[in-house]
Amino acid sequence: MSNRILQKSEPFLLLVFAMLAAMLLFAMFVAVLGQSPLAVYQLLYEGGFGSAFAWQNTLLRASPLILTGLAVAIPAQAGMVMIGGEGVLALGALLGAIAGLMLDGLPPLMVQSGILLAGMFAGACWSGISGWLRNYRGVNETISSLLLSYIGIALLNHFVEGPLKDPASLNKPSTRPLADSYMIGNLPGMDVHYGLLIGVVCALVAWLLLKYTTVGFSLRIVGGNPRAAMMAGLRVNRWIVLAAAAGGAAAGLAGAIEVAAVQGAASASVISGYGYAGILVAFLARQNPLAVIPVAILIGGINAAGGMLQRRLEMPDASVLVLQGIVFVLVLGSDTLRGRLFSKMEVPAGNVAMPVLTEGAK
Amino acid sequence: MTDAASGLGWWGVPLAVLAGAIRVSTPFLLVSLGECITEKSGRINLGLEGVLIMGAMSGYGASLASGSPWLGVLAAGAVGALLGLLHGILCSLRRVNDIAIGIAIMLFGTGLAFFLGKPLVQPQAPMLTSLPLGFWSDMPQVQSALQINPLFLIGVALAVVLHFAFRYTRWGLQLRIVGDSEMAAKALGYQVIPVRIFATIVGGFLAGVGGAFLSLYYPGSWNEGLSSGQGIIAVALVIFARWEPMRCLWASLLFGGAGALGPALQAAGFSGGYYLFNAAPYVLTLVILIATCAPNQKLSGAPGELSLVR
Repeated sequence: MSNRILQKSEPFLLLVFAMLAAMLLFAMFVAVLGQSPLAVYQLLYEGGFGSAFAWQNTLLRASPLILTGLAVAIPAQAGMVMIGGEGVLALGALLGAIAGLMLDGLPPLMVQSGILLAGMFAGACWSGISGWLRNYRGVNETISSLLLSYIGIALLNHFVEGPLKDPASLNKPSTRPLADSYMIGNLPGMDVHYGLLIGVVCALVAWLLLKYTTVGFSLRIVGGNPRAAMMAGLRVNRWIVLAAAAGGAAAGLAGAIEVAAVQGAASASVISGYGYAGILVAFLARQNPLAVIPVAILIGGINAAGGMLQRRLEMPDASVLVLQGIVFVLVLGSDTLRGRLFSKMEVPAGNVAMPVLTEGAK
Repeated sequence: MTDAASGLGWWGVPLAVLAGAIRVSTPFLLVSLGECITEKSGRINLGLEGVLIMGAMSGYGASLASGSPWLGVLAAGAVGALLGLLHGILCSLRRVNDIAIGIAIMLFGTGLAFFLGKPLVQPQAPMLTSLPLGFWSDMPQVQSALQINPLFLIGVALAVVLHFAFRYTRWGLQLRIVGDSEMAAKALGYQVIPVRIFATIVGGFLAGVGGAFLSLYYPGSWNEGLSSGQGIIAVALVIFARWEPMRCLWASLLFGGAGALGPALQAAGFSGGYYLFNAAPYVLTLVILIATCAPNQKLSGAPGELSLVR
């Protein structure tokens, strides 16, 4: 009985072990560089979760991370590894800003919805291309999404420094800023904008759809075995493009929210690593949309504390990237122990070699 | 290159693109040859982007510390080989996916390079020197266009060597059989995992050297924006080249030309659309992938064990 509970909790325990091992490795790395690991971890906690101010900072960063995490996790349900969130976010920001300028003069709620919809539309189209290419041309979606990401970033830079540049923005080229009345405000009683709520709602909706409706079931079949899905009469092509586009919509929404709630205009500042961190968020959450929320808060906290490490200990701001990289590598590596943590004794020694062979043969 | 373009007006553009193609293609060439070896063994290392950046950083640092840029190149290769070893070992574990590990190595390498490279942004390290192969010409434009880095020539030689090695040598055939059919390799008594780990180490070494070219020759400095996707383009390029070393060479030159287009046009006074021209290699890669891939059929020449092309 207790054995079953142990086996049920194994994925979570593995994640915790991998993260503890990563923290230990990072502590050694920090110690080699002559810093006290204890001081580093204390600052990471203080800067991320130690005070109301730290929490606000953390939640501000978590809100785009939830969406960029979904941008990886939703296509993953259909068996795709898409890693172009950074550029999709940039395009979402660009189209969102353009929509904001075009709708100037309408009531705020309409302008805001216009901005968010434009961002989602841009993201859905851009990621949809990867899904479409994978299906109809057999192009690997991991590579095409990353290439499209770089193209998206180039498009943002081009328009922000060229045709759409606000002449008043001199040393930081950006589009014309939104009027203050159009900016998305803060959640009641907090210094955190409504984007957080939007992100959480998106994650919940995605989770419910995937877990309790035929949408999720179909996607999982498509991801698990496309041929079986086709036999069952599912339109595999459509599902794959749809999943890619839905993920893109999430990342594009994150970009539009950055414009409408934080920056006030599209500029190169929206390209700040949320897309890449979203990959880590999704993999740590095991591609589960519900788990994306706490993981995004955790990673947001680590990122928020990065500035503190820089100020107090004069460590480079990339320190948190090193920690995240170690976590990523170890969590993926821990996959090898999956299903073997508590049942190692039960597998007869003679059978161990077989799965290796069949795995190689597929 | 700037002089070459400005002296000849618009005619400088093709010359500058040619010179730039050789210059810009070198990291593509080295990384893609490395990835070609790795993929021939049946593994894909998407982490070469991170390896490239780590190579650029450590090469720059080692050149600065030792005063010898060639020691920097070796250091970059060694660091790349270490990251390749990490990738190779992790992917040999059961149930570990090589594409996901590649993404993790990409983020880890980038983060580590930014972290360790912080103090290297300011100081100027000794650079690699090039061979003046344009000595026969009187025109300074031609002379400057034919300043060719030895690493490019090493890459060309390596492409030729690999071309024959894959066909006619014992280890080349062993590598290919491991990549084409794990079962067949095992039946013949070959050790699959050591071969794959070794192939990933060699791939990492070459990617590291490619990174050193970026920081020690062209563009020739260390900063966080040094590489933007050269590693991942090189991976795509191997698909385009159908896992043939000689085609990797031609493809690298093509991509180098696309990458040199932006700077060459800018030097000729055409400054609009700077970012768009810089995006040319990505667009070209995508277009070529679309043109060469086909749905529901395996690419010709693809190693059978490769998870990338199912």
